[in-house]
Amino acid sequence: MKETCLHSRHVARGAQMSPFGGFDMPIQYDGIVEEHNAVRLHVGVFDVSHMGEVLISGPDAEKYVNHIFTNDLTGAPDRTIYYGMMLYPEGGVVDDLLVYKRNDREFFLVPNAANIDKDVDWMMKNAEGFDVKIDHLSDRYGELAVQGPESEDTLRKVLGIDCSDLTFYTFKDIVYEGEDVIVSRTGYTGEDGFEIYASHDLTCRLWDRLMDAGVQPCGLGCRDTLRFEAGLPLYGDELTDEVTPIEAGFGMFVKLDKPEFIGKEACARQKAEGVTRKNVGLELQGNAIPRHGYEVLNAEGEKIGEITTGYHSITLDKNIAMALIDARYSKLGTEVQIRVRRKVFPAVVVKKRFYTPNYKK
Amino acid sequence: MIKYLPSHEYARVEGNVAYVGISPYAAAQLGNVVYVDMPEQGDDVTAGEDFGAIESVKAASDLFAPVSGAVIEANEELIDNPRLVNEDPLKHWIIKVEMTDPSELDALLDQEAYDALCAAEKH
Repeated sequence: MKETCLHSRHVARGAQMSPFGGFDMPIQYDGIVEEHNAVRLHVGVFDVSHMGEVLISGPDAEKYVNHIFTNDLTGAPDRTIYYGMMLYPEGGVVDDLLVYKRNDREFFLVPNAANIDKDVDWMMKNAEGFDVKIDHLSDRYGELAVQGPESEDTLRKVLGIDCSDLTFYTFKDIVYEGEDVIVSRTGYTGEDGFEIYASHDLTCRLWDRLMDAGVQPCGLGCRDTLRFEAGLPLYGDELTDEVTPIEAGFGMFVKLDKPEFIGKEACARQKAEGVTRKNVGLELQGNAIPRHGYEVLNAEGEKIGEITTGYHSITLDKNIAMALIDARYSKLGTEVQIRVRRKVFPAVVVKKRFYTPNYKK
Repeated sequence: MIKYLPSHEYARVEGNVAYVGISPYAAAQLGNVVYVDMPEQGDDVTAGEDFGAIESVKAASDLFAPVSGAVIEANEELIDNPRLVNEDPLKHWIIKVEMTDPSELDALLDQEAYDALCAAEKH
């Protein structure tokens, strides 16, 4: 199993470690609730060095990224960031990722750890006829996510990085202690925050400074509870190779007015004809917690789908879930049921954005 | 007397009654307990089979019965305050079972064997 550059620090800090995406990753240090609340109310830092990094460069870079990516980079300003997916021709998701546009000839892609090899193969396979270079740089970068309402202050005071000029989903290349570093105003928590891409050595030094300053280290446990409350998808749960972004409810990141991209026809057909299943938010009424894989039933008790992610929400104190269900039941307010072990609980379809994010636009 | 299943449930025995809960080691591993799914008074439980679940923020874990018998009481304090399990899991048992076959206790781990199991799991 792979380890991030901060692995020994996590172990020394007594973190609960578990495999994720091929890496031995920290799940929690001091408790998911404490870490979750630190990010919602103050600031926390995540080691997300497991994430992949791929640099696409060359004269056809923009045309190529637009070919493999659902969002539209045409005419995007330099140093802006786009979220979207790479799709198979049938519309299933290869991966969801961030694309950083440095300029017309250089794009920095950040895919999921678990998918990185599959992604790079897919990128190579679909690069024929494009004048681009694909550099897989995952082993070269560490990545920290500093998240929470106090993250801008923390970067300035603790790390000496002023980010007051960055708006949400923009980035800058800086030189920090002689090294090239990428800093973006992005995250996966529903709060304001930053992601810092740097060498392994520098990532370790930045982490140590944040720890010395008393910033809460946060594990993947609360990364999941935070992203879930904000209605953000996780590859493997809401997004898979068998679900299209339209079905998953993330059609706003699929730009069907683009001339072409892989998977466009499948998505356009679904958009025109309507989907047969849809990922929705559910609120369970009662004292039980819906979990990934649990069955969703209609009023008659027939199975209509499954939970993709569910929690007792820490911030909202409710039992809520995202679920892929028969689209006939997807209207807000529809009453359904969730099977939790031997019992069945009533639930109602609600908006998936359970918690309204506090981004700095 | 207290005995354990390898899945970290304990049976604290007083006469013919077993107080069943989860070990301090298991409570610490789970982290914040947010829900305990318990059987009702009068339900039967069977040694080695699941009788409910305990849920942390992260996940649901099945609870297995160390002994067979009838549930004479479920700890209803845990319905409104599941975190009591984190505070003192030995004091805050989950169910009280009238044992039908106390010889089942012989198959369980004693304190020493259970401590060795936890030590091994940590490494």
